Amino acid sequence: MSSAEQAQPCTEGGFWRDTGRTGITSWIFSTDHKRIGLLYFYSTFGFFLVGVMLGLLIRLDLMTPASTLMGPQTYNALFTVHGVVMIFLFIIPGMPGAFGNLVMPIQIGARDVAFPRLNLFSWWLYIIGAGIILTSLFTGNGPPDTGWTFYVPFSARTSTNVSLAVLGVFTIGFSSILTGLNFITTIHRLRAEGMTWGRLPLFTWSLYATAWIQLLATPVLGITLALILAERLLGTGLFDPTRGGDPIMYQHLFWIYSHPAVYIMILPGMGVVSDIIPVFARKPIFGYKMIAFSSLAIAAAGSLVWGHHMFTSGMSDTAILVFSFLTFIVAIPSAIKVFNWVSTLYKGSISLEAPMLFALSFILLFSIGGLTGLILGAAATDIHVHDTDFVVGHFHYVMFGGAGFAFIAAMHYWLPKFYGRRYAEKPAIVGWALMFVGFNVLYFSMMVLGLKGMPRRYYHYLPEFAPLNLVATIGSWILALGLIIMLVNLFRGLFRGEPAGDNPWGGATLEWSIPTPPATENFEQEPVVTHGPYDFTRTGEP
Amino acid sequence: MSRHRDDTGAKLGMWLFLFTELFLFGGLFLLYAVYLSRYPREFAAAGREMHVVFGTANTAILITSSMLAATAVSAIQRDERRRVLWSLGGTVLCAAIFLFNKYLEWSAEISHGFYPNSPRLAAGPPGESVFFSLYYLTVGLHGLHVLIGGTLLIWVAVRVRRGVVHSGDYVLLENGALYWHLVDLIWIFIFPLYYLIL
Ligand code: HEM
Ligand SMILES: [Cu+2]
Repeated sequence: MSSAEQAQPCTEGGFWRDTGRTGITSWIFSTDHKRIGLLYFYSTFGFFLVGVMLGLLIRLDLMTPASTLMGPQTYNALFTVHGVVMIFLFIIPGMPGAFGNLVMPIQIGARDVAFPRLNLFSWWLYIIGAGIILTSLFTGNGPPDTGWTFYVPFSARTSTNVSLAVLGVFTIGFSSILTGLNFITTIHRLRAEGMTWGRLPLFTWSLYATAWIQLLATPVLGITLALILAERLLGTGLFDPTRGGDPIMYQHLFWIYSHPAVYIMILPGMGVVSDIIPVFARKPIFGYKMIAFSSLAIAAAGSLVWGHHMFTSGMSDTAILVFSFLTFIVAIPSAIKVFNWVSTLYKGSISLEAPMLFALSFILLFSIGGLTGLILGAAATDIHVHDTDFVVGHFHYVMFGGAGFAFIAAMHYWLPKFYGRRYAEKPAIVGWALMFVGFNVLYFSMMVLGLKGMPRRYYHYLPEFAPLNLVATIGSWILALGLIIMLVNLFRGLFRGEPAGDNPWGGATLEWSIPTPPATENFEQEPVVTHGPYDFTRTGEP
Repeated sequence: MSRHRDDTGAKLGMWLFLFTELFLFGGLFLLYAVYLSRYPREFAAAGREMHVVFGTANTAILITSSMLAATAVSAIQRDERRRVLWSLGGTVLCAAIFLFNKYLEWSAEISHGFYPNSPRLAAGPPGESVFFSLYYLTVGLHGLHVLIGGTLLIWVAVRVRRGVVHSGDYVLLENGALYWHLVDLIWIFIFPLYYLIL
């Protein structure tokens, strides 16, 4: 790239400019995957910040054993809305919607996804669903108070606005299905010449596996939510024991979707990490095939383990044994990935820049989340920690320390490519360090609390749990401070920072081979791929 | 921006969508299986209240409609526009008759006091109420699909009439027909489960 071009890459060029329309409609009606990706990014990340605010309020209430900050009803609404926002509005649509859309078509050498208009429609469905959920907070008998799991019988009986919230989640599920459908077709049909399955970047591989889960598991969520609506509006009684129904069947249906859904959350994160680690270790990825294959293995095996959420619900011992066994099986492909990342690092020339720091913390936090998951997956130990803060700690390690940190890693890794400018390195590292420390102080304390018997979803607790709860709340403040520093620095950089250049990190995947920011059609002419995604012999040092 | 055309891709997308539909209904079939094994006698008793004549007629109608949809696809390949339109019209007509039959059937059942949360079912054994709730949900969801499929085919017919869909570019019609076959296929499972085997 010539230095003249290097002088002015910024949000003025590339896909930011060349389009027929102008103003807001050039965004919200755009079918360009990059613009849709940014729409998803702004909306999902916006909801992440809302969710964080709610999480901090929960922690504030839990700072002291008998807080007078709020009543039980408000607390129930808070953790419900926090969970719904984080799960359905941030982490599930976030990674495929934002970074999948931004990066995946470029990584496979395509001009766009297979169905660009459907892609836009997905985003609109997401926004409509989000609107319905927001409406449910401020109308009727107040926000839902069931927990994000909408368990019957309570969800069928409570007078709060569950119907509307469920309808919103249903709509978002539809959006997720269409994204999955679009991505599978795109990856099958639009790979550039020479982009064989064996040369697919691992982020794209992870999206491919994710897309199958989105496609096949989400309809089960759809029917489950529709059944809640039927219970509430028609009185079908299918989950009502007094009329022959069985609430356990609701739990089965719910987790048939919602366990695979945790892989919708984490798989793309694993893909991000698989792309970042080799670039910053300046070494080809170790075990490419196994990482790609393990994504598919996770997607497949992960659909058979849902029962581990129900060990205490009254299943047969045989069922408990089988689900427990299968849960241990899924740990294997996850471990394969961790070992391969660590092997990639071995004797690499590691540069600890912000994306890498977030990726490395992903490995550690995800491993803690995964191993504590085995404690929950083993029936005997689960009986003790079920429905305690141990569970809350565990899933935050996976969903926040894992998927969330990967999302932030992706922000630092890829956003400069699309905005054309980059953030300052030092504040990014300070932000990361605070987040990392705060995160562990917060959730490790909660796991210990859970082991001691502190139940989840309680607004008051016994005084003996007070000290660690105080520590956890302080941790949440450190975490929030780090988040603020990270954000201010990132966004100031993206709009006013130094030009990023075409290939700031020395990556070898296709997105780094085109100008920054990419043009609307991505490639001037369709690329012909001649080497693998982690073949660094042809990219110079950054 | 030059739109590139990829019929194979479009069909792949449709097939993927059909899988999601199977899983959507799968949830209801799963409940059916579990509750049937729990309440075999109540299900049998409730099943006797079903109108097999209506069910059989509707099965015949849907199979005919599927055949007509397939005829439309083979006719468009030979550019026989009139035949395409007649076939699609026939398919949509079948859909309408199907729904009308359903209306008659449901009216009869409701007038006998069989509907979710009805006093008659509340007084009877719990298994029967489960059966009827499942029946109404499954058949209702299927009916909704008949409605969507019929609307879709009307839209396709309009495109055929306007000449947008023709022998050189008919993936839209193919996908519409595929969807219709799925609607038919799901009924082929519903019919024996609710009308015949109990
Ligand atoms: C600063 C960030 C966050 C804080 C302070 C926070 C705090 C909390 C706390 C204290 C609870 C437990 C409430 C209780 O059981 O009484 C909770 C629940 C939960 N959190 Fe977070 N959280 C944060 C971020 C996240 C993220 C990033 C995700 C997902 C991506 C998430 C997902 C959830 C879910 C699903 C629940 C369960 C809600 C329920 O019980 O229905 N949280 N959070
Ligand atoms: Cu699970």
